[in-house]
Amino acid sequence: MKIFLKLTLLFFIISSLILSRANAAGEQQELLKVDWSFKSFFGKFDRASLQRGYQVYTEVCASCHSLKHLSYRNLAEKGGPEFTELEAKAIASNFEVTDGPNSDGEMFERPAKLSDKFVMPYANVQEAIAANGGAYPPDMSVLVKARGGGANYIYSVLMGYDEPPSGMELDDGVYYNKYMYGNKIKMASPLDDDIVEYSDGTKATVDQMAKDVTTFLQWTAEPHLEARHKLGFRVIIYLSVLTILVYFSMKKIWSRIETKV
Amino acid sequence: MSDHEYTPKSKVGKWFNDRLPLLTLANHLTDYPTPKNLNYWWTFGGILTFCLITQIITGIVLGMHYVAHADLAFQSVEHIMRDVNYGWLIRYVHANGASMFFLAVYIHIFRSLYYGSYKSPREVIWIIGMLIYFLMMATAFMGYVLPWGQMSFWGATVITNLFSAIPLVGESITNWLWGGYSVDNPTLTRFFSLHYLFPFLILGLVVLHIWALHVPGNNNPIGIDIKKPSKDTVPFHPYIVIKDAFALLIFLLIFAFFVFFSPNILGHADNYIEANPLVTPAHIVPEWYLLPFYAILRSVPDKLLGVIAMFAAIFVLVILPWLDTSKVRSTVFRPIYKQFYWFLVADVLILGYVGAMPAEGLYLLIARVATAYYFAHFLIILPFLGMKEKTTPLPLSITEPVLGGSADMAMAKNNSDFKEKL
Repeated sequence: MKIFLKLTLLFFIISSLILSRANAAGEQQELLKVDWSFKSFFGKFDRASLQRGYQVYTEVCASCHSLKHLSYRNLAEKGGPEFTELEAKAIASNFEVTDGPNSDGEMFERPAKLSDKFVMPYANVQEAIAANGGAYPPDMSVLVKARGGGANYIYSVLMGYDEPPSGMELDDGVYYNKYMYGNKIKMASPLDDDIVEYSDGTKATVDQMAKDVTTFLQWTAEPHLEARHKLGFRVIIYLSVLTILVYFSMKKIWSRIETKV
Repeated sequence: MSDHEYTPKSKVGKWFNDRLPLLTLANHLTDYPTPKNLNYWWTFGGILTFCLITQIITGIVLGMHYVAHADLAFQSVEHIMRDVNYGWLIRYVHANGASMFFLAVYIHIFRSLYYGSYKSPREVIWIIGMLIYFLMMATAFMGYVLPWGQMSFWGATVITNLFSAIPLVGESITNWLWGGYSVDNPTLTRFFSLHYLFPFLILGLVVLHIWALHVPGNNNPIGIDIKKPSKDTVPFHPYIVIKDAFALLIFLLIFAFFVFFSPNILGHADNYIEANPLVTPAHIVPEWYLLPFYAILRSVPDKLLGVIAMFAAIFVLVILPWLDTSKVRSTVFRPIYKQFYWFLVADVLILGYVGAMPAEGLYLLIARVATAYYFAHFLIILPFLGMKEKTTPLPLSITEPVLGGSADMAMAKNNSDFKEKL
């Protein structure tokens, strides 16, 4: 069994090497850390937080940031915000999509259905860039996975707006952010206290909204996170039991000859 | 090959076996006499076969849903992750499977280096193995391009650009590889096609690798020739099969941990940003398993020489059986080589580390020293050491004691050495 200690050690050496690469990106300010409910082996989303996060997304972020890989039906699916199907339908029907051609060969507008993808705020990337002073507001579907620090990074950027240190010149439409790469961001601080009104009575502080919308974005990036954790736990249990059984079978079989395994 | 003739018991079996001796083959595989002192470092052959099959099966399923088109590839991967039933599982197994495959292959290669498994009469096994390793790197590189994220695109750009360093024809070769004047849709479609093809070439080479292994039989931790079959061997089934199964399960536990609880830790975050030819990422880094070679490439100031150094780093491994002049296989009996062996391990780990760092200042200096040492190990140390080194006495067989100790003691010693170094 000693060999497995060695293997584990090797494994940790290699993984620490890999992790060191993650930190290689530069001398960034250390990110704010939040004890997210979706981390850890049994991590699950806070359902209420997801629903509030969706509200923050629609009322604040959605005017510039798309969620192009999501469909309205996802809002009612298990492991997500779990709106009821009726609620999700009502949400979808607030948006107009172009459909067609109909039997006359015409394209037409209709309210969105559950099967439609989230309607994008801009027709194309060029329009988005033109409307935002030359900076493209990135699609948010997998944003959490596309940033080194993950959820903590998104949360930190939302909380990281501050006065620029003295001596730092900022152009018009550029803002100082402690956690953004290069400390310059073209998005003005999007959150203000009570910018949204939560229907469940939660106080809409900047911190609360940042947490909620980050949780929501973690879900949009990993919609099957809960299923993954659940299945993973079962797989680990199954493999562990099987490993023990095979270990004793091996001992038994090798006991026929004098050599130790 | 086993010495005894095999005849199937049933009439049908005999009829079939006379026409196609599959049953003889099966019998050979189950009876295959294996040294009984093989330690767990020898279980990685089976683990690697498992990895290859897993990659092929998950890859075939992914290929059913993936769209190889510059405008659609990223989206189709997200489609797999979100809407295909258990698509997230299949993709995460495939993506992390590549890393696990390389983890296993590196252990397998370093086991060979430690116990001298590449030496006569096993040179051909070793060379086929190196071909497999080379194809694995090519396959993994092209696979990493397929999601068409930022690292896919820019990694492909950097690596394909290496060929432009070739004098006179470099530019033409690069354009030929790209199918155009930059990495674009034609590049993606051909990479997909080749990424689908190469694993089957690897599979063919694996069959040859195992075939070539079954001619001389396994090396063993003592590294001496043994009579087969004899007291020193056990039949492959059930002894080795159950041991391989146990080791595979331990490996799977680690694999499962990555897939279910840390599926993106081995990848780069930038690859979740869609490819954009107009925006270059701050640091372009390959996957971790290519980092040592990346470090060698960047440590040479001249582009062409850098490329040559990188390929030479693999080529010295291919000709290793003739660079190592020592007749003694196992490091257990080579006290001086043992130290150099661990220097090499450290050197490769250091190369991997600096490969992930920006190529400047101290990192670059370390990379240069480590690169020089890497080549010195194979081209200078190994040939001379083999001629000068005084090896300790070899045992006569695995079971028979020798001067100054038994085989078991040698094994125990070998074990404690591992522990010391780790």
